[in-house]
Amino acid sequence: MTVHSFQEHFDSLIDRELTIEPRDWMPDDYRKTLIRQISQHAHSEIVGMLPEGNWITRAPSLRRKAVLLAKIQDEAGHGLYLYSAAETLGVTRDELYDQLHSGKAKYSSIFNYPTLTWADMGAIGWLVDGAAIMNQVPLCRTSYGPYARAMVRVCKEESFHQRQGFEIMLTLSKGTEVQKKMAQDSFNRWWWPSLMMFGPPDAESPHTEQSVRWRIKRLTNDELRQKFIDVTVEQAKVLGLEMPDKDLVWNEARGHYDSGAINWDEFWNVVKGNGPCNKQRLETRKKAWEEGKWVRDAAMANAEKRKAKKEAAKAA
Amino acid sequence: MNNQKLLLDYTLRLADDALIIGHRISEWCGHGPILEQDIALTNTALDHLGRARSLYQYAAEQFNQLPVEEKKSIFTSVAIQNMVQAGASLDEDDLAYLRDGWDFKNLLLLEQPNIDWAFTIARSFFYDVFNYFFFDQLKASNDASLSAVAEKSLKEVTYHLRWSSEWVVRLGDGTDESHKRMQHAVNELWSYTGEMFTINGTDKAMQQEGVGVNLEGIKQMWTEHIKVVFEDATITIPAGTWMQQGGKEGRHSENLGYILAELQFMQRAYPGMEW
Repeated sequence: MTVHSFQEHFDSLIDRELTIEPRDWMPDDYRKTLIRQISQHAHSEIVGMLPEGNWITRAPSLRRKAVLLAKIQDEAGHGLYLYSAAETLGVTRDELYDQLHSGKAKYSSIFNYPTLTWADMGAIGWLVDGAAIMNQVPLCRTSYGPYARAMVRVCKEESFHQRQGFEIMLTLSKGTEVQKKMAQDSFNRWWWPSLMMFGPPDAESPHTEQSVRWRIKRLTNDELRQKFIDVTVEQAKVLGLEMPDKDLVWNEARGHYDSGAINWDEFWNVVKGNGPCNKQRLETRKKAWEEGKWVRDAAMANAEKRKAKKEAAKAA
Repeated sequence: MNNQKLLLDYTLRLADDALIIGHRISEWCGHGPILEQDIALTNTALDHLGRARSLYQYAAEQFNQLPVEEKKSIFTSVAIQNMVQAGASLDEDDLAYLRDGWDFKNLLLLEQPNIDWAFTIARSFFYDVFNYFFFDQLKASNDASLSAVAEKSLKEVTYHLRWSSEWVVRLGDGTDESHKRMQHAVNELWSYTGEMFTINGTDKAMQQEGVGVNLEGIKQMWTEHIKVVFEDATITIPAGTWMQQGGKEGRHSENLGYILAELQFMQRAYPGMEW
């Protein structure tokens, strides 16, 4: 086949909603875009362990502590599937870590916000995981096979995470005045950053058009954001919490809620590294990696020694 | 102490051991040297925490059945004294979150800080070997609840022991640096291992009642097992024989106070609420 016919074959798989598999020919840009997107997602899982990890040792009950530990462990597991999916595109996990540590690769900016109270464990599950699910469910049908299959598992667990977050918020909102205050305060702080998780408005999103064509993305940023707003307003009513947006109003004609302006200046600043916790999150990841080097070296050295011993025994 | 109180002391000590080691291990979550090991450690922390919960639930049940006058004499914490005064019953969280350090009976070994991967491995290894033999014998306890906990725990501990043993060998017989670090951690933690086998009044009585375990017998098996793994790991058993004591009697190292300050912060700042 010529490059031209490779391209035609690829296009026809995309058009027929079939999956692209690791050994299939794919355009360079498709491969690059996928590596960028999957690794960004993997990094988000790993960095995302930190804001919640803050509260493991301080969880207010043993049951909550166990659930939180299990949830964060799931996130590590998601990181693992996603790094593995990225590896099928010809890049190693170590290379991806290097990109994260050097600042070349990004992760979801939401994790650059601090977790200040226990209610943040609720708000993160409810809003951040909720927004993540909106983004990720369509990816279960994305064109790249290993990514789509990883996302099926990720989404199942994420929906459990979202429910546990909502349940924390529900317990707080049914609790004492202080607990309600804690829930509202947390909602106020996480609402806007959650909306930013869907990325810049469609008009300013550089990758959207090509990604939709490749089924790497299935709905646009603004479509997903709207869906999230509509769902969350109803959930906030159940919780008896006030929406942190005074301009929010039901638009009968559109059949959607209209919402206030998002502070995109803040979004771009956090992306650029000026968020409250950017430095700290990255430093923590780098420290874990650098301080783990002697451990990884030891494991390698020991494996070599064992192999040599085995071979020597065989030869004898 | 009467037998009811002794059983409570025995149960709580095992619960405290599980909670405190679980707390220390959970501090690694998100900071491990390898993603797969981060997951493995969190799993272990969850096992310890799960065991702590079963045992605290059982301990609370025992406590709630005691006569009021006896309840008042067990824990010093004002929060618990007030609950007893008000006629409230205790649950797993009250026992974990409302007692002060002198009412915690965990081994000193388990509250020692993580420091690095070698210290964490050495601490777990010493404890896992002990747990393996301990729970194997506790299965035969004539106390049905403790026997059930032992049955379940033994499966988990068997995995913990395999995991920590493998790491002792990897580090001990890995690179020069890892060997040095492993040996150093073993040396530093050695003086905390003797307490596992100290037989106090509670141990003696519980063993006589057929509830508890013969620690003397376990000590031999523990020592044998350590020898075998250390030989494989090229690690030398420290010569020191002086052993630190106190955890079983509620006299702790300075570490425990900081653990409790963090662990109990929410319940202290916002008492009496549902979470």
